[in-house]
Amino acid sequence: METCTLVSMSILLGVLVRWGVSFNSYSGAGKPPMFGDYEAQRHWQEVTYNLPIQEWYFNTTDNDLNYWGLDYPPLTAFHSLLCAHVAKLINPEWVKLLGSRGYESPAHKLFMRATVLAADLLVYIPAVVLYCCYLTNGSTNKKVGTLLCILLYPGLILIDYGHFQYNGLSLGLTLWGVLGLGLGWDALGSLAFSLALNYKQMELYHALPFFCYLLGKCARQGLTGRGLFSLVKIAVTVLVTFALCWLPFLSDPEQALQVLRRIFPVARGLFEDKVANAWCSLNVLIKIRSILSSDSQFYLSFAVTLLAITPSSLKLLKTPTFWQFKLALVNSSLAFFLFSYQVHEKSILLAALPVCLLLNDLPLVAIYFLQVSTFSMLPLLLKDGLLMPYAVTSLAFLVLSTHLLSALERCTEAQLRLEGYRRLAAWLPAWLPRLDLARIIRRKFYSSLVLMVGLSVASVALPPPAGLPDLFPVLVSTFSFLHFLGTFIYFNIVQLSTPQGKQKTL
Amino acid sequence: MAAPVESSGWFPALAIAVSLLKCLFINAYHSTDFEVHRNWLAITHSLPISRWYYENTSEWTLDYPPLFAWFEYGLSQAAVHFDRGMLVVENLNYASPATILFQRLSVVFADLVFIYAVKECCTTVREEKAAKDLLRRPCFVLAVLLLWNFGLFIVDHIHFQYNGFLFGFLLLSVARHLQARHLEGALWFSIVLNLKHINLYVAPAYGIYLLRCFCFTQDNTDGSLRWRSFSPVRLVSLGAVVLSVTAASFGPFVAMGQLPQVLSRLFPFKRGLCHAYWAPNFWALYNVLDKALSMLGVRLGLLDVAGLPKASMTGGLVQEFQHAVLPSVSPPTALLCTLLAMLPALWCVWRRPCGGRGFLRCLVQCALASFMFSWHVHEKAAPASGEHRRDAGIFLMLATTGHYSLFPLLFTPAEFPIKVLLMLLFTIYSFSALRNLFSGEGSLLHPLEALYLLGLVAVEVLCEVVFPLSPWQQTLPFVPLLVTSVYCALGVSYSFVRLYVSLLTQEVTEKTKRL
Repeated sequence: METCTLVSMSILLGVLVRWGVSFNSYSGAGKPPMFGDYEAQRHWQEVTYNLPIQEWYFNTTDNDLNYWGLDYPPLTAFHSLLCAHVAKLINPEWVKLLGSRGYESPAHKLFMRATVLAADLLVYIPAVVLYCCYLTNGSTNKKVGTLLCILLYPGLILIDYGHFQYNGLSLGLTLWGVLGLGLGWDALGSLAFSLALNYKQMELYHALPFFCYLLGKCARQGLTGRGLFSLVKIAVTVLVTFALCWLPFLSDPEQALQVLRRIFPVARGLFEDKVANAWCSLNVLIKIRSILSSDSQFYLSFAVTLLAITPSSLKLLKTPTFWQFKLALVNSSLAFFLFSYQVHEKSILLAALPVCLLLNDLPLVAIYFLQVSTFSMLPLLLKDGLLMPYAVTSLAFLVLSTHLLSALERCTEAQLRLEGYRRLAAWLPAWLPRLDLARIIRRKFYSSLVLMVGLSVASVALPPPAGLPDLFPVLVSTFSFLHFLGTFIYFNIVQLSTPQGKQKTL
Repeated sequence: MAAPVESSGWFPALAIAVSLLKCLFINAYHSTDFEVHRNWLAITHSLPISRWYYENTSEWTLDYPPLFAWFEYGLSQAAVHFDRGMLVVENLNYASPATILFQRLSVVFADLVFIYAVKECCTTVREEKAAKDLLRRPCFVLAVLLLWNFGLFIVDHIHFQYNGFLFGFLLLSVARHLQARHLEGALWFSIVLNLKHINLYVAPAYGIYLLRCFCFTQDNTDGSLRWRSFSPVRLVSLGAVVLSVTAASFGPFVAMGQLPQVLSRLFPFKRGLCHAYWAPNFWALYNVLDKALSMLGVRLGLLDVAGLPKASMTGGLVQEFQHAVLPSVSPPTALLCTLLAMLPALWCVWRRPCGGRGFLRCLVQCALASFMFSWHVHEKAAPASGEHRRDAGIFLMLATTGHYSLFPLLFTPAEFPIKVLLMLLFTIYSFSALRNLFSGEGSLLHPLEALYLLGLVAVEVLCEVVFPLSPWQQTLPFVPLLVTSVYCALGVSYSFVRLYVSLLTQEVTEKTKRL
């Protein structure tokens, strides 16, 4: 069948599943006084439409920052403004200043869901299609299979179309950045990524790989000749993009500072709620939040994160190939997720995107990680009433991806890129048992699946014991943390052990 | 899409994927049919059998044969664990989340019958040469077209019905006949008949086929009938199968002397010729012609406005009405037309030598004939007909038109993307797959046919985008339905005629070959 037909059918299916999920509840539905992320987005439309730009990030009588104050960079605000204009055309009640708090109606829900879909159709989905068509190896069928799997990744669908967020926009822009870099259009790629950064500050998780890759590439071209020219071109692009996005806030330094204060809330503590990262899991054993002062917590997390991303970044600087770049994206985002400050469980999506890009190359590990990443958000999804779509999309993703990508067949040691381990094993003394890593990983995959199903069912069906009300969220986050840590180590090994000569062409 | 080695895993993957997709639409819009089935669950669970066909607290009385009532009774045993409230007859329009979940899941699980039947059909599909690429194999195409059928999806899992379940039994019986396991096929068909009596329309096809091929055990060398080979044993065994199923279904009611009441519930001829939304069949065209002629007559002064019947056919209620210019149609007339339309197909089956293909064509022809001419047809009857092979072009016309005619069923804005996306998905796939299967035999569609199908897009834009924003929305609210129905009726009638032409020309060529 022609590529065109297969691609269009995959897109249609992807959109269909997204719209199907959107029928379900959203975050904070029917829960006054604060509601949830859905109300936050609606509130931002109200604020940006009715108030002048100078007041958007400030605490005024019309703009109570304690009620979902803007805490994303300016591009989010501009996007909300755009949506607000459309909303005003349909029903002004939706964005009435101070009068539309907690507004909920089927028509409004339809409108909000439609804005998410519009953003996806314009930004995320085209990027995925182009990536699969031009930057993946294999036959047409394989490419389309990868496309379908990426489009059906449950985590992003459930958060964007269930909980309600616009991650598709920021991740899509990042993907356009990856596309640009992969096709050799560095300036355009930097432009796209700068836009992504200006949409959500969490994209900083991906910033270091972009930086190291571009710097390394320019260095390769000679820092005195063409390389310098490329570097300057990229730098100018980035600066101009930032300037344009922040233009309204650059007139007054206080404005810019206030925006920075809102998007980097350093006073909020090491972590909130149960999240599958190192600090929250450590907290189960040692209560670090009470032992260390808030400043020390910040410096500790800073130091450990820096430590975690250094090997990957240095390797990328030394060998700036696209394959290394993709791996570095995974490693960097995972490092930040595991060790950084104020991480939310939704931030796992930032690691999930680069792993999606590796679906074609390392299918089993990628599918494994993506399943666990969706599972790690289970407590949040249950709170939003998204159990059925969670179950359906996770199952569908599992069945389709293992089938389409032949994941369970393609897991020899060579295919898992574990040559590094084999070389290491050659150094170990002979009496140490030589592990068949491929078989171990496959066995762990099956057992983890069983555990995930079990924990999901238990979280829903069983009441937690009296003394441990948070038992199930803690179990879920600890389980996920262990898997994320394992994935982090694995991808670091793969990246660091890729031999100099045998680079993939991409 | 997987390597050619994985030849058997694709069917479960397809089936699981579509079932999961169905679960995603649990919270979508559902029609009054949801309440109908909830009411039947309540009736069969809470009331004694003697009251089932007399109960009329709700307007949605039990109007399916008793076997379906037993099915609902079985479901109600499971419903107890979800929400007892739905089983109270007085709880009209009860739709708690648990009720919705249970009913939707029951449709998904009932579809297992359909999935099994599709599996059986796929195994009977003969492939001339096994294609290497999975996507090009006829059994794969057939499986996708059936499992992911747009019509069944929309009607069963959003609008809410159990057509997949019923169609599964029908398909299973067809598969058994193709596998020459005739008694078993007859069993499944009897079950279908007793589940939904609308399947009576294909009963003549079954009857003639079984009589010809099963009861007469041998043919002469030239393929004509050998009257001596009639086997009474076989006839009796067939009869026994059919009668025993019917007895199991109707038995208790006959014993209680309630048969007339049951029959009156099953065949409500008091309803009008057309439902509020006209099914795109022959009568839709007939009505429009009548209306047009009457308007023309009034304009030309040939008819008196006061003499025209007051009841409007285009009103939203189901009423009896008289036609103004053309002769009025009564139930017996409609039945006669249906039988006449089926006759040529039945004659073909009788004449030609036995073959599964012939039976299938006849079946489709009868189904389509009854859709075209029957009394009070619901638009949902359309998905039943769909056959492929050499009639791929006709299938595309009929399927696309038939599916589009289902659009008015989902009129809510939230469901609009679903019906458009699914329709596009199914149409793109069917065109592409059939084109691949029959590549090299020329284009599947005549340019005019292609133009007609593209016209569907125009009709859709007109009806759902342009018209609601126009000033006529208030004064002539029925226009979109009318336009949709009539436009689709043209397509369906055309396909009906073409199928017949194809059937009869094949019959003629067979005859000349034999001579």
